[in-house]
Amino acid sequence: MNIALRLAWRNLWRHKRRTWLTVGAMIFSNLLLVFMISLQFGSYRMMIDNTLKSYTGHMQVQRDGYNDNQKIRNSFGNIVTLASDIRHQLASNTVAARGVAFAMTSSEQRSFGLQLIGVEPQYEARVSNLPGLVKKGRYLSDSNAEEIVIGSVLARNLRVNIGDELTLLGSGRDGSFAAGVVIVIGIFDSGNTDIDRSMAQLPLGYFQTLFSMEGHGHNIVINADDLSLVPELQQRVNTILAEQNNLMVLNWNQLQPGLQQAIKADLVSAWFMYAILIVLVAFSVLNTQLMSVLERTREFGTMMALGLKPVRLGALVCIETFIMSSLGLVIGAGLGAVLAYYLSIVGFSYPGMEEMASRFNLPDRIYPSLSLFSVFLGPGIVFVFSMLASMYPALKLFYLHPVSAMRSA
Amino acid sequence: MTAVKQNLIPFKVILILAWRNLWRNNRRTLIMLSAITIGVWAMIFMIALMRGMVDDMLLNGIRHLPGEVQIHHPDYRDDPSINNSITTPGEKLLKALQIPEVKAWTNRIRVPAVISSERDSRGVTLLGVEPISEVQLGFDLDSIIEGRFLKHSHDSGIIIGAKMAERLETHLGKRIVIMSQDPENNIVDRGFRIVGIYKARMASLEEVYVYAGLGTVQKLLELGDKVSEIAITGEDYRHVEDWFLVIKEAAGKNLQTLPWYEIDTYLSTMLVTMDGFVLIWIIVIFLALSFGLVNTLMMAVFERIREIGLMQALGMRPGLILYQILIESFFLLFIGLLLGNVFAIGTIIPLQDGVDISAVAEGMEMMGVSSILYPALKLNDMLLVNAIVIVLGLLASVLPAWHAASFDPVEALGKE
Repeated sequence: MNIALRLAWRNLWRHKRRTWLTVGAMIFSNLLLVFMISLQFGSYRMMIDNTLKSYTGHMQVQRDGYNDNQKIRNSFGNIVTLASDIRHQLASNTVAARGVAFAMTSSEQRSFGLQLIGVEPQYEARVSNLPGLVKKGRYLSDSNAEEIVIGSVLARNLRVNIGDELTLLGSGRDGSFAAGVVIVIGIFDSGNTDIDRSMAQLPLGYFQTLFSMEGHGHNIVINADDLSLVPELQQRVNTILAEQNNLMVLNWNQLQPGLQQAIKADLVSAWFMYAILIVLVAFSVLNTQLMSVLERTREFGTMMALGLKPVRLGALVCIETFIMSSLGLVIGAGLGAVLAYYLSIVGFSYPGMEEMASRFNLPDRIYPSLSLFSVFLGPGIVFVFSMLASMYPALKLFYLHPVSAMRSA
Repeated sequence: MTAVKQNLIPFKVILILAWRNLWRNNRRTLIMLSAITIGVWAMIFMIALMRGMVDDMLLNGIRHLPGEVQIHHPDYRDDPSINNSITTPGEKLLKALQIPEVKAWTNRIRVPAVISSERDSRGVTLLGVEPISEVQLGFDLDSIIEGRFLKHSHDSGIIIGAKMAERLETHLGKRIVIMSQDPENNIVDRGFRIVGIYKARMASLEEVYVYAGLGTVQKLLELGDKVSEIAITGEDYRHVEDWFLVIKEAAGKNLQTLPWYEIDTYLSTMLVTMDGFVLIWIIVIFLALSFGLVNTLMMAVFERIREIGLMQALGMRPGLILYQILIESFFLLFIGLLLGNVFAIGTIIPLQDGVDISAVAEGMEMMGVSSILYPALKLNDMLLVNAIVIVLGLLASVLPAWHAASFDPVEALGKE
C-alpha cells in the first residue's frame, strides 16, 4: 500500500469515534437521499404514464391552434386515411384517430352535458388503457355501430346499465343540429373518479355521421414504445406531416403542461431539502477535518521540517477525507439501495397518501424506481461536497511555518 | 474539602466556565454555529412555505364556494342531480341558524348544465344563488372584473368566469343559453344575458361555475322552492366543531349535514399530512445536525481531558462537569437557534407579498394551489422547531457530557 494511503488510514482511526460520527452523518443523509430520489423517480414515471395512458397519449397530431382552442370546427379532413398513412410510414400500430364533440346526454331519468370521443375501435386499445378497463359488457368493435362505452360513475349517475339507450343532443361541425340514440354496450372502471365520471366513447364512423364531420376528426394519438423515444418519433411524424401545412404534432408535455410543471415544482422543493442536508454534512466534514489538522499542527510542523512538501500534507488530508467519504458513499448508498429495493417490491405508502396520489393519477402505493442513477446521484453529490469541504483545512497547510508549528502546543 | 463546600461553587461560575470554554476554539464553534443556523433557518423557512401552500389550498377549496358546513339530500354528493333536492330550512333549523357562531348562511341550487353561445357549448355547474346572503357568506365582489354581481334572487342575468367567456367567444352583455333537466327529466333551457364576469384564484374554476339568481333557476328547473344545498359559515373554519353538531341536530336525520373536512377529504388529509411533514422535516434536519453537534462536543471534551482531571482532583464533582458540558451545548444551541430564527424571519418577511410561481401554475393547480405562494410563518411552528432542537440537542449532548464526567481523575491527569 502506498505510504500516503497507509498514513491517512491510520490517522483516521486515531479518533475512531470522531471518524464514525462524520461517516455516520454521511450514511444518514445518503440513505435518505437514495430513498427519496428513488421514490421521486418512481412516482414521476408513474404519474406521467398513468395520466398519459388513460387518454392523452405520447403525442397528438392536431390542426394548428386546436390545442388552445378546442372547438369542433378546428378539425381536419380525411383523418382515418391520414392515420392509416402514418401507421404505414411509421410501421407502428400505436396510432389512432379521434373526434371530440360536446353533447347533452340523456338517459330515461338523467341528463348531463358530456364530452364525447369518437374512436377507431380496432386501434384505440393500442394507445390508451380504457378499452382494457371495460368491466361490464364489451368494448366498441364496429366503426359505424350506434353504440357507446361510458365510465362507471357516469353510468351510475345516468342510472343506466348495459343495453340501455342514451339520447345525444348537440351541434355538428357545420353548426347543424345533431341528434342520435346510442346503446350502452360497455362500462369501464378506471378507478379514477374524474375519468369515470366524464368519459364516453363512440365509434369514429358513427361519430362522424352524427356530428356531420364529413370525414373530419380532431386528433391522431401516437404512442412511442417508451417515453424517452418521444422526441425522435415526433421528428419522424413531423417529416410525414411536412406537406400538410395546417397540421402540427404536439408531444405530451405540450398537451399536458401541468404534468411537467407539477414535477418541476416538486423537484425544486425536494432539491431545496436535499441541498440543506448536503450542506450540513459538508459542515460536519469541514469541522472534523479542520480539527484534525489543528490538533496535528506540531506533527505537521515536524514532518515539514523533515522535508515533506505542503502539497503532500494537503494531499494527506484529502486522502483522509476521500476514505471517509468513500465509506459514507458505499455504506449509505448500499443501505439506501437495499431499502429502496425492498420498497420497490412491497411498495411504499403513508397515511393520507391515497387522497393526494389520486390527484396525480397515482395508485395508493408507490414503488420506488431503482437505478444506478437514482442510487448514486445523491451520495455522489454528498461525496463531492465533502471533498470540497476538506479543501479549506488542506489549503491551510500551505501557510504553516515549520518552526512556529513545532512550537505550538 | 467537604461535600458541603463543593456545593458552594456558584452556578454563575459554571455558566462563565461553559461560556469561555465555548469560545476557546472559536473556529470550531463558528462552524458548528453556522451549521445549526442553516439547519434552523431551513426548518422554519421550508415549513412557512409549505404552510402557505396548504393555507392557499384551503382558501381555494373553502372560499371559492363558501360553506364550512353544508346540508344536502343524503344522495346528493354521489349523484348531484336535481332529483336530490331539499326544502329550504324549516322552523327548527332556522332557529338553530340564529346561534351566534353562525356568521351567515344561504340556500343554493347546484346542478350540472350545458352552457352555449352561438360559438360553442360546454358543460358547467349551474349555481342558483341568493345574491345578498351569498356575499355575506364570503363571495368576493372584487372578483367580478367586468359588469356587476347579481342583484336579487330573480335577477335575469348570469355571471360567468373569464376563462369560460373566452372559451365561448362571448362577452359582457351578450346572451347565452343554459340547458339542464327538470325533475321529470324534460330538457329545459333559457336564455340569459351575461351581466358579470368573474375571475377565480384558480383559472380552472372559472370554467366550472356559473351564477344565476336562485328564483330564476328554480323557475327554469320547475323546482318550486326547493334547493340543492344549504351552506353555512362561521367565524373561523378551524373551529367548526363548536357549532356543527347544533346544526346537524336541527337539520334532522333525513338530511346529510357535513363539515368541510368531510366534504373535501383531500383538504383535510393535506392538513394532517402537513403536520406530519413538519415534524419529519424538523427531525431529519436535526439528525443531520446532531452528528456534528455530538462530534464537536466530543472533541471539546477530549482536548480537555487533563483539565477535567485536574478539576476533579481539585474536588469538582462529576455532576458539575456534566452540567458544564451541557450548558456549553445549550449556549451553542441557543445562539444557533437565535440566529436561525432571525434569518428565517428576515427571509420570510420580504416574501410576504407572495412568491410568484406562475411558471408552474398549471402544475400547482393539480395540487389545488394558485400561482402566488404566500409563506405562512406560524408561531406554533416556530415554537415547535425551537423546542425540538433544544430538547433533542441537549439529549444528544448527554453522551459526551456523561463521558467527560466519568473520567478517572488520575488517569485523565496522566494523559498528554
